[in-house]
Amino acid sequence: MIMLRRDEALKVLADHYEEGIVVAVYQSAFDWMKIRPHPLNYLSTGAMGQAASHALGLALGAPDEKVVVLDGDGSLLMNLGCLFTIGHVAPKNLIHFVSHNRIYEVNGEFPVMGLKTIQFEELARIAGYRQTHAFTDIVEFKSMIGSILESDGPVFVNLHLEAGEPYPRDYATLHGAQTRSAFRNALHARLSGGLSFAGHPDQDSVPVSN
Amino acid sequence: MYPTVKGSSIIDALRNAQVRTVVALPDIVTCAGLLWPLHESADFSLIPVCKEDEGVSICAGLAYCEHRAVLLIQHTGFLDSINSIRAIAVEYQLPIVMLVGLQGMETDGRDPSESDHVGIRSLKPICDAMDLNIDVLDDGRSVNALPGKIGHAYEHSRPIVFLIPQPPSAE
Repeated sequence: MIMLRRDEALKVLADHYEEGIVVAVYQSAFDWMKIRPHPLNYLSTGAMGQAASHALGLALGAPDEKVVVLDGDGSLLMNLGCLFTIGHVAPKNLIHFVSHNRIYEVNGEFPVMGLKTIQFEELARIAGYRQTHAFTDIVEFKSMIGSILESDGPVFVNLHLEAGEPYPRDYATLHGAQTRSAFRNALHARLSGGLSFAGHPDQDSVPVSN
Repeated sequence: MYPTVKGSSIIDALRNAQVRTVVALPDIVTCAGLLWPLHESADFSLIPVCKEDEGVSICAGLAYCEHRAVLLIQHTGFLDSINSIRAIAVEYQLPIVMLVGLQGMETDGRDPSESDHVGIRSLKPICDAMDLNIDVLDDGRSVNALPGKIGHAYEHSRPIVFLIPQPPSAE
């Protein structure tokens, strides 16, 4: 029985992870933008399924920063190989959450096929993630989130959940050049110990769609 | 006939361009002359991927950290990754640098745009349609220009594609 709502789970995560890098996709991204608005939210992943691969690049490029991924079940199915790439490279600073809601939520709520049998956390374990978890209950998740965030990665967390409060689908911000520019500036400031960098040349370009 | 390009010259050029990471999927054109030597070099980190579009995204994440990388793939993988390249490299204007082996390219010295293979001769029109810079590594001069072009891609945050028509020599 599922006793976990995505908005509740993300609020728990935000309480424990106030400042760090987060790569988020689709409805998890829309929820996260409202629950934890922050320039270190990396929202422009460009193509479905690519979140964890962007996160791997960030984790390798900024090895002293924790990188959290908020993936989707349909998204992860489009790029299952990323589990093995991440397992092979094994960045200690990467934590990979999947919102396992069994539907393509922002694409008409059509069911994701095969999810009665697939166990993402088992795939992640086989692929070489150092830790894997699965939660169906907010109380258990709340009790574990602190230690999960402090663990060496790669860590995989499968959240069996329901949708929760429907946050607005703000695609303009998700794909906006300003969002990417803000991320770039915030990351550079963080990596350089507080110095701010000049804007990126894509600041004035138009938002794009997947 | 194409002149033989030395794999070691391309690797030196990558080193001169301050490339530190190579994200790759094995390609028969570049495996012996580039991939294996890069794998054995202490100057580069090699990230093997399962599918080429993963590599586009990994290079994007690294680019945000100002960490220079190249994506070493086959042209079939480039074609398979067009949506990621379109969004992440072109529309997001990120410095994704792609080295693309042309599997099956004729050896008579013709330009890739004149190949009998639709997958090869389509590459330039596809890149042109996306305003994606494309170049051919087919002689010593083009290899010598590589560091400057990679530097330009990173300094201006723009993607670029380098086609490799023939296997670089493993020396």
